[in-house]
Amino acid sequence: MQAPQIDGPDAPVPDPPRPAPWHGQAPVVAVVALGGAIGAVTRYAAAVLWPTGTTGFPWTTFCVNVVGCFVIGLLMVAITEKWTVHRLVRPFFGTGVLGGFTTFSTYTVDIQRLIEEGRPATALAYLAATLLAALTAVRLAATTARRVLPDGPTARREKGKRSS
Amino acid sequence: MNWVLVILGGMVGAPLRYLTDRAVQSRHDTGFPWGTFAVNVSGSLVLGLLTGAVTAGAAGSHLQLLLGTGLCGALTTYSTFSYETLRLAEGGSRFHAAANVVASVTAGLGAVYVGLAVARALWS
Repeated sequence: MQAPQIDGPDAPVPDPPRPAPWHGQAPVVAVVALGGAIGAVTRYAAAVLWPTGTTGFPWTTFCVNVVGCFVIGLLMVAITEKWTVHRLVRPFFGTGVLGGFTTFSTYTVDIQRLIEEGRPATALAYLAATLLAALTAVRLAATTARRVLPDGPTARREKGKRSS
Repeated sequence: MNWVLVILGGMVGAPLRYLTDRAVQSRHDTGFPWGTFAVNVSGSLVLGLLTGAVTAGAAGSHLQLLLGTGLCGALTTYSTFSYETLRLAEGGSRFHAAANVVASVTAGLGAVYVGLAVARALWS
């Protein structure tokens, strides 16, 4: 019969259980859901207000994605480099509203649809123009935000620390 | 009714993206944004499948608004994809930034075709 295990001083210390990635995330998930609903319904409103038709260049999705990329560039520099904000601001606006507003799946399905309709040149132009405009927008927004936004108290302290 | 369907889809899609991203990012130590890549590719797959189902008449416009415009629209993201690409480029990982762009677009488009093929096999 096997001797019962005794926890002596030399017994190995078990690793503390690693918390699941969503541990304590309920308020964050709630604001992401709320933001996602706002973002998705705003994108739908844009599609209802400015329908692009079934054969043309998908201008509405193009504009939604480029505008969303510009805004996230401003927001992320503002809340990670300039100001200290409440911990739910980033999940609400960044992950929720802007993530829900912009879409990658509609972009890829639009490209496929244009190819299927026998318009490969438009498909390629849409593919490349969205990438180029979105990446330019996020870069331009981040650069602009770094230049024009005033530093919050935290950013000023950080800079003071670095220069001393 | 249409607006409610989009709102409901968005309320599920965005947290699903957030939780998937956290689950994926906590499982590796690289700086590569695999979480956003995963949701963008899987969202493209589902939207391809749904588009095929709608074309075949197996799904209606309500399901398209709930799952397509709402859920897949909010599950996938262009803003986070762009921002993460910018961060990679600014951090000196120009190769990873370019790889993220090429892989996301190629895999996303490939996923749409897989979804459509599955829909055709199922409903036509």
